[in-house]
Amino acid sequence: MHMKENEICVRVENASVRFNMASEKIDNLKEYAVKFLKRELMFKEFFALQEIDLTIRRGESWAFVGKNGAGKSTLLKLISKVLTPYRGKVWTKGSIAPMIELGAGFDSNLTAEENIFINGAILGHSRKFMREHYDEIVDFAQLEGFMDMPIKNYSSGMRARLGFAVATMVKPDILIVDEVLAVGDAAFRKRCTQRMEEMLSGGTTLLFVSHSNSDVRRLCKNAVWLDHGRMKLVGETEDVLAAYEATSN
Amino acid sequence: MLNDLKFRIRTFGKYYDLFALLVQRDIKLKYRRSFLGYIWSILNPLLSMLVQVIVFSHMFSRNMANYPVYLICGNILFSFMRESSTQAMHSIVNNAALLKKVYVPKYIFTLSKVTSSFVNLLFSLGALLIVMIVTHLRFTLYDLLIVIPILELYVFCLGLGLFLAAGNVFFRDIQNIWSVVTLAWMYMTPIFYTLENMSPILRYWIPKINPMYIYITQMRDFVLEGRWTWIALIWRGAFVSALMLAIGLFVFTKVKDKFILYI
Repeated sequence: MHMKENEICVRVENASVRFNMASEKIDNLKEYAVKFLKRELMFKEFFALQEIDLTIRRGESWAFVGKNGAGKSTLLKLISKVLTPYRGKVWTKGSIAPMIELGAGFDSNLTAEENIFINGAILGHSRKFMREHYDEIVDFAQLEGFMDMPIKNYSSGMRARLGFAVATMVKPDILIVDEVLAVGDAAFRKRCTQRMEEMLSGGTTLLFVSHSNSDVRRLCKNAVWLDHGRMKLVGETEDVLAAYEATSN
Repeated sequence: MLNDLKFRIRTFGKYYDLFALLVQRDIKLKYRRSFLGYIWSILNPLLSMLVQVIVFSHMFSRNMANYPVYLICGNILFSFMRESSTQAMHSIVNNAALLKKVYVPKYIFTLSKVTSSFVNLLFSLGALLIVMIVTHLRFTLYDLLIVIPILELYVFCLGLGLFLAAGNVFFRDIQNIWSVVTLAWMYMTPIFYTLENMSPILRYWIPKINPMYIYITQMRDFVLEGRWTWIALIWRGAFVSALMLAIGLFVFTKVKDKFILYI
C-alpha cells in the first residue's frame, strides 16, 4: 500500500482496556456452577490500560518502556487488534506484522518450508506472494539445507531467525517487535537491528518493546513511558529514558 | 449490514490461503510417517465395520438385506460428527499462543478443523464404495444424492464446532463432558441397531430430536435402498443444520473478543 510521508498510521484515542476477571481463575463448568450456587462468584475489574492517547505517523519509531506489567504488551496488542478497547478508539492504516514470538506461529511437526507459508498466511499474505519471497527469507535466515527439517529439531536460535526473517521480509507498514531479540547470538541480534534500521529508512513504522535501553536508544526516536496502565511521559527517547532511568535506579 | 457482510467476505478472501494451508496441514500431519498413509482413512471405517458385523450381526441383522452397508453408512457419518466437533472444540485453545500475538479471524481455525475432518469423511466414502462392491449392492443414480445429507451434516458440524470452540475457552471441562455426550449420543442413534429394536418411547422420540438420525436415514435411503427419501427428512435436515450454524455463529461472535482474556 502506498502511503504519503507523515501520514498518520496509528491513532489511539482515549483508549482503556478493562479485564473483567473472576477473582479466582475459574475455567470449568463444575466450579462455576458450585460458586454460582454458593453466590461466591466475584468479578473484579482491572484496568490494564487507561486513557491512552497516541498518534503515530508513518516512518516513525516508537519505544514503549516501563516496568513489567505496566501495560506495554497490552498496548501493542491493542494496536495490532488482538485486543479490543473497552472504551475509546483504535485506528490503524496499512499492514501490521507482529514479530511472532518463538514458536507461537510455528507447528513443530511441520517442516521449515511449510511453516514459512503458514506463518506468511497468518500475517495475511497469499501463497503466491510467499513463493516470490521464499528464497529471500531462507537466505536471510541463513537456513539453507534445513528447510525440509521439522521445526522441532531446530534450536531456539534457528527458530528466532526464521520468525524474524518471515516477519520482516514481507515489508509491513507497521512492524511490532515485542522483546524477541533477547534470543539468538550476538551476530544475529546485530543483523536484526540492522534490518530494522533498513526498514525504518524504507518507511516502515516501528513499535518496539525492549528492556534493553541501548537497543531502544539506537532504534527509536520517540518513546512512551507506561506506568500502571497510564502514560506517564511521552516524548523523545532521550528525555523519556532519562526520566525513566532516574526512577528505576 | 450489507457493508458488514462485504467486509467479512473480503476478510475471508484475504485469509483464504491460511484456511487452505491449515486444512492441508491437518491432512498431511495425520498420516505423516505412517506406513499405510492415507489408506488408514479407508481402512479405519472398514475395520470398525467388520468388528461390528461380527459382534452384532446375529442380534440386529434379521430381515436386513445388507447389514454391512447399513452399518458403515451410520458409522462414517457419526464418526465425522464426533471427530469434527472434538477437533473444532480445541481449535481456539490450541492456538492460544498465536491468537495472543497476531490478529487472525478466529473462526478460521475452527472452520479449518471441521473442513479437514470433512476431507477425511470424503476419504472414508472409499470404504463405503468397497463394501458396496463386495456385497454386490446395486449402484443407482440415487447414490449421487448422498451429497445432500453430507453437506447438511457439514453445516451442522460447523455450527456445533463453533459453539463448542467458544465454550471450551471459558470452561475447559466441556472436553470431558463432550466425550460423555458423544458416547450417549452414539447409543441413542440407530447405527448398529434399527429403530424397530427400540422401545416405543425411544422409537417415537429419536427421529424427532436426534439430528444424526435425519442425516443417517437419508444416506441409507439413497445408498442402501436405492430410492428417493422422504422429502420432509431433507427439509428437516436443512433446517436443523441452519439452526445449529446460526446458534454457533451467534455464540461465537458474541464472545470472541473475550477469548484473549481466557486463553
